Amino acid sequence: MSDHSNIRLPEGSIEKTTTTLNLGPTHPATHGVFQNILELDGERIVKTEPTVGYIHRAFEKIAERRPYYQITPLTDRLNYCSAPINNMGWHLTCEKLLGVKTPKRVDYLRIIIMELARISDHLICNSIVGVDTGAYTGFLYVMQYRELIYEIYEEICGSRLTTNIGRIGGFERNFNNTAFQKIEKFLDEYPRVLREFENLFTRNRIFIDRTQGVGGISAERALNYGFTGPNLRAAGVDYDVRVHSPYSSYEDMDFVIPVGTTGDNYDRYQVRNGEMWESLKIIQQAYRKVQEFKGTEADVYHANLPDYYLPEKELVYTSMEALIYHFKIIMGETEIPAGEVYMSVEGGNGELGFYLISDGGRTPYRLHFRRPCFVYYQAYPEVVKGSMLSDAIVTLSSFNLIAGEMDG
Amino acid sequence: MTNEFIKEKLTEKFGEQLTEWNEPYGLLTFTAPKDLNLKVMTYLFDESSLNFRFLTDLTAVHYPNRTGEELAVVYHLHNLVDNVRLRMKVFAPVAQPDVYTASGLFSSANWMERETFDFYGVNFVGHPDLRRILNVDEMDYFPMRKEFPLEDQTRIDKDDEMFGR
Amino acid sequence: MVDSPEGFTGEGFFATSFDKVVGLARKNSIWPLPFATSCCGIEFMALMGSHYDLSRFGSERVGFSPRQCDLLMVMGTIAKKMGPIVKQVYLQMAEPRWVLAMGACASSGGIFDTYSVLQGIDQVVPVDVYVPGCPPRPEAVIDGFMKIQELVHNESLRRRNSDKYKLLLESYGIQ
Repeated sequence: MSDHSNIRLPEGSIEKTTTTLNLGPTHPATHGVFQNILELDGERIVKTEPTVGYIHRAFEKIAERRPYYQITPLTDRLNYCSAPINNMGWHLTCEKLLGVKTPKRVDYLRIIIMELARISDHLICNSIVGVDTGAYTGFLYVMQYRELIYEIYEEICGSRLTTNIGRIGGFERNFNNTAFQKIEKFLDEYPRVLREFENLFTRNRIFIDRTQGVGGISAERALNYGFTGPNLRAAGVDYDVRVHSPYSSYEDMDFVIPVGTTGDNYDRYQVRNGEMWESLKIIQQAYRKVQEFKGTEADVYHANLPDYYLPEKELVYTSMEALIYHFKIIMGETEIPAGEVYMSVEGGNGELGFYLISDGGRTPYRLHFRRPCFVYYQAYPEVVKGSMLSDAIVTLSSFNLIAGEMDG
Repeated sequence: MTNEFIKEKLTEKFGEQLTEWNEPYGLLTFTAPKDLNLKVMTYLFDESSLNFRFLTDLTAVHYPNRTGEELAVVYHLHNLVDNVRLRMKVFAPVAQPDVYTASGLFSSANWMERETFDFYGVNFVGHPDLRRILNVDEMDYFPMRKEFPLEDQTRIDKDDEMFGR
Repeated sequence: MVDSPEGFTGEGFFATSFDKVVGLARKNSIWPLPFATSCCGIEFMALMGSHYDLSRFGSERVGFSPRQCDLLMVMGTIAKKMGPIVKQVYLQMAEPRWVLAMGACASSGGIFDTYSVLQGIDQVVPVDVYVPGCPPRPEAVIDGFMKIQELVHNESLRRRNSDKYKLLLESYGIQ
């Protein structure tokens, strides 16, 4: 008989009635790197302890080193599923600091880009919720249509994912005809796709059983936890930054905000789905408004901002003023007002805020990103307590946690 | 609800202790003494005519030139019903940066205060679990303070001269 | 379908060297482990989609268990907090194993030259192929993947037991 007296168990592990499971940073169910140490009683979750910071890239410290126009590529990498919204948010913050008003055509073009990004973000979230409940088809089908959105970005700025779209005051170049054709193609093809995707999930018995009643949160707790965005709207509070503090001419657009009741996973799925339909409506309206600009008005793609917007390269090589402005902007000799500003935009996950303190220098004195994912992930232990392990996984993916935004 | 109304109600309750009233870009900003931060926020939360029940953001700024009050903790509050925002600042000396925690009032302050502690070393008195959240646990300095560099000084593959540092 | 390797064929038999056949079989059935941390992970998802299909190279099944996978694809920024975990996953993989660093952050730290980011995963694990880009286009990743396929095809069967390989692993502190 072998002797098992050399086995030593950890302290208190025989009396313990719960199992500790590490849903570690690398796990097929964690969409991004964050860790959850779960205490399970059989399959019911008793307690969870989340750990974040596995992709902390010190954005705020980097931002103190870079001039204002160089911070746009940093903001791309916050919520990388909908990078243009972050870019536009940063440009709007700088424009608020400088007191710049962009022309209407620029605003409408910005709206088109931001709503395309929102559709792209919600598509990933909803299809990943589908994957976690076992339905892989929706994800593969919808990825094909995200490629259409990527093609539109590519036509405008040259890059697919981390777009660095736009400049302070507008865009770097006018949208050419191919870009408009691609937007039209998207507007034609996409409604059918979204309807098919809905058909797969919205009234699917298995999906409803997996997601309804799971991961719910009440409106009071959600507000106390600082929820914003689709998660808050699913809980019943109709707070949307686009409506409450409109920016970039959103007040000219006609859209509704879908609101849920119980805040569970099914409501979050429905709210995101509804938002995608609304985004489609907004893009159609903005596109029609852009087409109404004719003649020289159709050539406007940036505000008249010689002090902060780089002049065209042909002018830099030929005219003296353009050369001087180019030099001043790059070397940081332009006047930047000192002050502090807080600007927020409606990101894919909620209120993405930028708190900028400028001391008049070339780089910000302090830039803080109010990241929605970081704020609402704190509620996860409370939301998931008492549910089963597989439900916890579906809740995790329906929260739409993007690790880049969470750690920043 | 206008900014003047909020300022009146606050000065009525707290008097001269709230200073540095300012409205940069339309957002009412004021400074409160370090020990009153929780009292002011509780008043703003409970008072039915003010109703600031949403904590949008909690962060800190390091001003090395303001001796005696180098670390500023900045709270952004929001009244969702009337759509009014407010900014409150609290200053603490870097030698003893103790500030009362807001996590009893707002559950969202929990991790935001951990992040502020991680970056600036602000000690939130009464916080249930104040430890580092984003950086590695073994780190012994507070990286966002102005005296610390951005780059990892022990890296060998990048030459500072070539990178213009 | 793949071309058969060089060998001597006759009535009912085909003679060739063992490592050619093994190389051929291995290169067309690599099972990758997507270690996706950030933005490059989304480009990987686009790569797995039907537009830039990765499964036509034999990687139909991506696994998440290190024990079952051949290729560790590290995609995205690796922070210092995550470094030990990459190493642990690498250690759990069975030989033969290859590593592909996708993106600028995994290759050399990318745009994040900060105190919290590991300046390239080759500080902790030996890397075979680096794919630059931020994020690299899916075509670039396919190009990197094909280079891995070449490495797999031409690898000698004795390499993993050789002294040179052991020295390489020891330089990373891996026994």
